[in-house]
Amino acid sequence: MKFVYNVEGGDFTNAGSSSSEVKKMMKQLGVASDIIKHTVVALYEAEVNIVAHAYSGTITVDIDENRIHLKLEDKGPGIPNIDQAMQKGYSTASSKVREMGFGAGMGLPNMKSNADVLTVNSEVGKGTTVEITNYFSK
Amino acid sequence: MTVEKVLELVEGELINEITIAPESINCALASDLMSDVLTVRNHETMMLITGLTNLQTIRTCEMSDIKHILFVRGKEVAEEMKALASENDILLIRTKYSLYRAAGLLFGAGLKPVY
Repeated sequence: MKFVYNVEGGDFTNAGSSSSEVKKMMKQLGVASDIIKHTVVALYEAEVNIVAHAYSGTITVDIDENRIHLKLEDKGPGIPNIDQAMQKGYSTASSKVREMGFGAGMGLPNMKSNADVLTVNSEVGKGTTVEITNYFSK
Repeated sequence: MTVEKVLELVEGELINEITIAPESINCALASDLMSDVLTVRNHETMMLITGLTNLQTIRTCEMSDIKHILFVRGKEVAEEMKALASENDILLIRTKYSLYRAAGLLFGAGLKPVY
């Protein structure tokens, strides 16, 4: 099954609504609760990153009986140095993002620890693509 | 620790309604940084104690399977936050006490830290 959600940059009111939908869907499909939690925490961090840093983005969810694959593609400034962005504590977030309780440089590291496979590709001036895969049986 | 005991210790009030009976609370984390809250891997019925009142506080708890939030310093909680919390069966408690005082009282009464 495939679903696509749209995410608006700067829309902090709706940030997390796609992650919420995915959580409900995974519950309905009977995925184990610890795998749901890891997946939606990684997804929520990634969704907040689009809202915080990009102009717009899409989340494509591809789920089957073995795994869930999440592809988050945004149009935005991109990440000049991905290795640096993966370091705990490194952040370029605005004060608005920090007011929301984010922007402490923990998003990408936390995505990594909640994903079986995480890939980040980015082009400066164009945007960033984050892919998260989690398997249902380890 | 029961919700009633938390209310008594921090002179708290319940500010939303949920459809299920509230569970007892086994541990707590005090933080205004939602990124920190999202790093808690496994917990058993953890309560978040926070002064951060926006929709992302509720969303963070939804993603983290946190069913109790204690808002400190008598913060105003918007109706849309209450509605989102109720929709996810997250119980909201409010106290006039500061984060330090509320956390200290709960810790002193035996509520364990998450770490």
